[in-house]
Amino acid sequence: MTHILLRHRDIPDIHKLNVYKKNGGFAAWKKAVTKMTPAEVTELVKNSGLRGRGGAGFPTGTKWSFIDNKVFPHYFVANADESEPGTFKDREIMENNPFQFLEGLAIGSYAVGANVAYIYLRGESWQIASLLDEKIAEMEKAGYLGENLFGKDYSLKIYTHLGAGAYICGEETALLESLEGKRGQPRLRPPFPPAVGLYGKPTIINNVETLTNVPMILANGADWYKAMGTADSAGVKIFSLSGRVRKPGNYELPFGATFRQLIYEHGGGIMDGRPVKVIMPAGASSSMIAVDDKVLDTPMDYANVRALRSELGSASVIVIDDTVSADWIVGKTVSFFKHESCGKCTPCREGTYWMQNIAKRIGAGKGTHDDVDLLLNVAKQMQGKCFCALGEFATMAVVTGIERFPQDFRKAVKSN
Amino acid sequence: MSLVKKYSKEVKQILSKYPPEGRRSAVMPLLYLAQREEGYVNKAAMREIAQILEITETEVASIVGFYTLYHDEKAGKYRMQVCTDLPCALRGADEFLQNLCGNLGIKVGETTPDGLITLEEVKCLAGCDKAPLFQTQGPDGIRYHENMTVDKTMELIEALKGGKE
Ligand SMILES: Cc1cc2nc3c(=O)[nH]c(=O)nc-3n(C[C@H](O)[C@H](O)[C@H](O)COP(=O)(O)O)c2cc1C
Ligand code: SF4
Ligand code: FES
Repeated sequence: MTHILLRHRDIPDIHKLNVYKKNGGFAAWKKAVTKMTPAEVTELVKNSGLRGRGGAGFPTGTKWSFIDNKVFPHYFVANADESEPGTFKDREIMENNPFQFLEGLAIGSYAVGANVAYIYLRGESWQIASLLDEKIAEMEKAGYLGENLFGKDYSLKIYTHLGAGAYICGEETALLESLEGKRGQPRLRPPFPPAVGLYGKPTIINNVETLTNVPMILANGADWYKAMGTADSAGVKIFSLSGRVRKPGNYELPFGATFRQLIYEHGGGIMDGRPVKVIMPAGASSSMIAVDDKVLDTPMDYANVRALRSELGSASVIVIDDTVSADWIVGKTVSFFKHESCGKCTPCREGTYWMQNIAKRIGAGKGTHDDVDLLLNVAKQMQGKCFCALGEFATMAVVTGIERFPQDFRKAVKSN
Repeated sequence: MSLVKKYSKEVKQILSKYPPEGRRSAVMPLLYLAQREEGYVNKAAMREIAQILEITETEVASIVGFYTLYHDEKAGKYRMQVCTDLPCALRGADEFLQNLCGNLGIKVGETTPDGLITLEEVKCLAGCDKAPLFQTQGPDGIRYHENMTVDKTMELIEALKGGKE
């Protein structure tokens, strides 16, 4: 298959400006600015069926149409925080096919009338930020960024901004706080960023992968894009495959490819030939799916994964075999969320603390049946009470782990 | 040391990224600058950043406290931060870290006697398909080291001793 996003796998040196250009690069950008109104660009993206790849799957064109055109300036922010355990796709795009991402960001900025865009990267992506700075400078030199672009009355500047190691800053309002130089703690919504965002101004925030689709959609049309994938989820997706598979990595596939195809055809199957026991399709935030043949043959899109009582999220598919116990998995996820809770609200701050303590006790072989009940209870008490989605995420593996793999927990506390 | 004196070009360039009403946004890049040489942000630097941005020292300190990658205490020249989060742990990251501790003769959180390496355990670094992996945070910024073995790590440490990465 030829790639639409991971095009560096087909076209060597696409990270170089002249190679990118030779392969159709910036034609969509030029077309947008010289031949289309912002509303037309937004409409086209809406018609393509593109949904956000940052986790929530919100329709991208619809989001752009929410921008408040009574208040200016507008800002565009690319979410390159990528910190969900199991997710490593945005990084591959930015490192290897940077111009397509930057072109998508430029087109998005034009569509919502922003003259300044920021790329918020996780602090660890220090090297990627300097690479993007170089690429941005090259685009400025070649006349693709700056003042009066293509002779039109439109200007655009793009800047990178590094976070400093906080998963919560991937949540869009915490990201804005962080970008404003504050602690990364979520804001109360509404108002939503398209009305009140960065520096209090209308702001659109999109994931890196979302934006990387945009130049291809402009170049080939909405119908071309919609023809791929499923009715519920148009187009292609990068699946970050990790865990106990032989060939972990990113695989770009149309929505609707099955778990079996991803794991066995692309991922080379399971290490040591063991059976799959659990799939966590949205990273550490996932509900655990207990795997059988029917699960393996499920097409991966938003609706079908939801029907398995889980969620696709950003498609960071963690695969776990039958040598691993669910209580150990829960120990790992709980420790992650305890570390990443921003501390703003009590249910999440205290809940993750207690969940970690109990999970540690169980993990150390000192837990009792009551501890398992207590753990489940704490998680359920948190649900619906947290200020932002992180608190909810923290409970998913706990509740589904205990409910769907009770035997693992029974065994872990058996001798006490 | 004054940041503005020492890194006048960098400070100016950082401030130019943000609109006047968003001057405070510069706090994070300025903290990276302040941390560059000694690996942590000292009180004087926090004071200076507060002055530059017209915010209080307490506000700057609260940023340092909130984010994992800022430090207010001296550690080894390089912080070696090994990921042991779920996907990496499924590929042997916990054992890798344990063996590394054995080889270096230190525990997680400790520094080698020569002051070169502080060993730390961190959450997902977005390199889960290349476990075991770690990043080094040092004078030249942050670098990734992926698909590592203990042997390869010991070689890297030798190279770091010679001042090369
Ligand atoms: C705790 C938490 C962490 C998140 N982390 C990320 C992230 O690392 N990258 C990302 O693009 N979106 C992340 N999101 C989703 C963003 O809030 C937001 O929905 C997304 O950036 C919108 O872009 P999209 O519409 O293109 O998906 C996170 C959400 C939550 C609640
Ligand atoms: S749910 Fe957790 S991460 Fe979200 S605001 Fe509350 S404490 Fe912070
Ligand atoms: S879990 Fe270690 S890099 Fe993602």
